[in-house]
Amino acid sequence: MTGGAAAPAIRAVGLTRRFGDFTAVDRIGFEVAPGEVFGFLGANGAGKSTAIRMLTGLLAPSEGTATVAGHDVATEAEAVKRAIGYMSQRFSLYEDLTPRENARLYGGVYDLPRREVEARFGELIGRLGLGEAADQRVAALPLGWRQKLAFAVALLHRPRVVFLDEPTSGVDPVARRQLWELIYETAAGGTAVLVTTHALDEAESCDRVSILVAGRIVALGAPGELARRHGVGSVEELFVRLARPEREAAR
Amino acid sequence: MSGRAAAGPAVEAEGLGKRFGDTAALADVSFAVEPGEIFGLIGPDGAGKTTLFRLLATLLVPSAGRATVLGLDVVRGLWGLRRRLGYMPGRFSLYPDLSVEENLGFYAAVFGTTIERERERIRPVWEQIEPFRGRRAAALSGGMKQKLALCCALVHRPELLLLDEPTTGVDAVSRRELWDLLADLRAGGLTVLVSTPYMDEAGRCDRVALIHQGRLLAVDPPREIAAGFDRPLVAVAVRDRFAALAALRELPHAESVLPFGATLHLVDRRRDAPAERVAAEVRTHLAARGFADAEVAPAAATIEDVFIARMGG
Repeated sequence: MTGGAAAPAIRAVGLTRRFGDFTAVDRIGFEVAPGEVFGFLGANGAGKSTAIRMLTGLLAPSEGTATVAGHDVATEAEAVKRAIGYMSQRFSLYEDLTPRENARLYGGVYDLPRREVEARFGELIGRLGLGEAADQRVAALPLGWRQKLAFAVALLHRPRVVFLDEPTSGVDPVARRQLWELIYETAAGGTAVLVTTHALDEAESCDRVSILVAGRIVALGAPGELARRHGVGSVEELFVRLARPEREAAR
Repeated sequence: MSGRAAAGPAVEAEGLGKRFGDTAALADVSFAVEPGEIFGLIGPDGAGKTTLFRLLATLLVPSAGRATVLGLDVVRGLWGLRRRLGYMPGRFSLYPDLSVEENLGFYAAVFGTTIERERERIRPVWEQIEPFRGRRAAALSGGMKQKLALCCALVHRPELLLLDEPTTGVDAVSRRELWDLLADLRAGGLTVLVSTPYMDEAGRCDRVALIHQGRLLAVDPPREIAAGFDRPLVAVAVRDRFAALAALRELPHAESVLPFGATLHLVDRRRDAPAERVAAEVRTHLAARGFADAEVAPAAATIEDVFIARMGG
C-alpha cells in the first residue's frame, strides 16, 4: 500500500472466478474511490455474490487481481477483512442478542478496546435515534431498525470500505431512506460504499453503478450519464435492456 | 370478467383483525376485490400482508371482523374454498429435491388433475419454465423459482390467485416478467390478489391497498392515490446530497426532506403554497448555501411519497 489520498478503495483487474467449467465472474475490472457510493447491479445469478465474496477475501480468484483498501484479496485476505465492513439482510445481527451485545461481540472480533466499542456504539445509536433499542433482543425489533443497527455495527471499526448486500430489502420507505442517509453520511466521511439492490430507483442514488451480466460488466458509469449514453430514461430501463437472464441455461 | 360481476366481490373483508398475544398483526381491515382485477397489497415487511393472506387462504382464523372469499366465509366455508384458491406463500415452499416437472406434477395430482390436462391454463407460465423441467427446484434462480411456484398455484384452475410477495428478492428483469404473466392471467379472466414491498410495482395493479403496521392507509387505483397527495413537492438534483439534506431541513416550512432515487424530495407543509414558489424559495436557499449545481423543480408525488406521508399520520 503506497497509498496516497487518490489510491482507489477498491480496484479489480481482470478478476475472474470459475467453478469447474462454469465462469461465474469473467474478467471484471473497476475502481471505487474513497468516499464513493458504487452500485453493484446485476440480475439473480449474474455473479454479484461471487464477486463480492472475492472482494471481501472469502473466495480466492481463479485469475486476475483485486485490492481492497490497498490489500490484495488473494494474498492479504486477513488484512482485507479487517479493513472492511459487511452487511446484508441475510446476515446482519445475532437475533438472540441485543444490539449492544452484538456490538461487543463484533468489537471483540476486531480487537477493539471495550471502551471504544461502547463509546462508538453509543455515538452511532444516538445519531440513529435508536437508543431505546440498544438493550432489546434483536428478534423483537422491526426490520428497519435492525437494518440500521446492523449498518451501525458494521461501521464500528471505522472500515475504509463497506459492502452492503441488499441492505434495504423489505424495509419500509422511511427506513429505506434513513439507510440511504447513513450511506451518504458514511461516504461523506471518506469510506467507500459498494451496495447491491433490486430496487433500481436506488441505483440512481449512487455516484456510479456497474451492471453485471453473465459474469461480465456490461455498463459502468454515473447513472445519469449511462442512461444518456444508452438513450434510455433510467438505470432500470437500461438494466432491463441489458440484463436478460439468458445464462439460466448455463447454470 | 364482467359477465360475472353480478356474483359480487371475489374478496370482501370487513373490520378484519388478527391478534397474536399482545400484538395486533391486523386491525380493522376493510376492502373488496372485484372479479377480474389485479389488486395489490403494498407495504413493507411486518405490515401484516402475510397475516392477511393466511386469513383469506383459510389458514388462520380472524380475531375480529369477517371475510368472504368467492362468496364463502373464510371460517365456515373453509373446505369449499380451498380447492377454488391458488395460494402462493411468501416463502418458497416447493420440494427442493424434486425437479420442476415433479413439483408441478405433484401439485396437479393432489388436486386430481395432470399437467397435460391443464396445459392450456398454465401455458403462459409453463412455457417459461419448461426448458428447465428436469432441473431440481433448489437449483433454479430466484425468478424461476417464483415462476414455478406460480405455476403450481395455477395448476388446479383456481378462481382466485393469492400471491404473497412473488417478486421479493427477485431481480428487476424477472420482476417485470412476473408482472407480465399476471397481466396475461388476468386477461384470461383470473382475479389476482398480490402483495409486494416494492412501491413502484403499484402501477401494475388495477387497484392497490397501502398497508402499514396492520392497517390500511389507502385503497384506490394507484394513479388516484398518487394524485391525492395534498402538499407542494419539489425535487432537488444536487451533487452533494448528504450536505444538501441538512441544508434543506433548515427551511422553516420543510415537512420532510428525503432521498428519492436521483433526487431529494422536499415536501412543504404549507398546503396552499404553489409548488413553483416553493421551488423558487428552495433554489434561493441552496444558492445562498453554496450549492451552485442544484436543480430544483416541482415534482409529481409517487405512491411512495403518499405512503410516507400517511405513515406519519
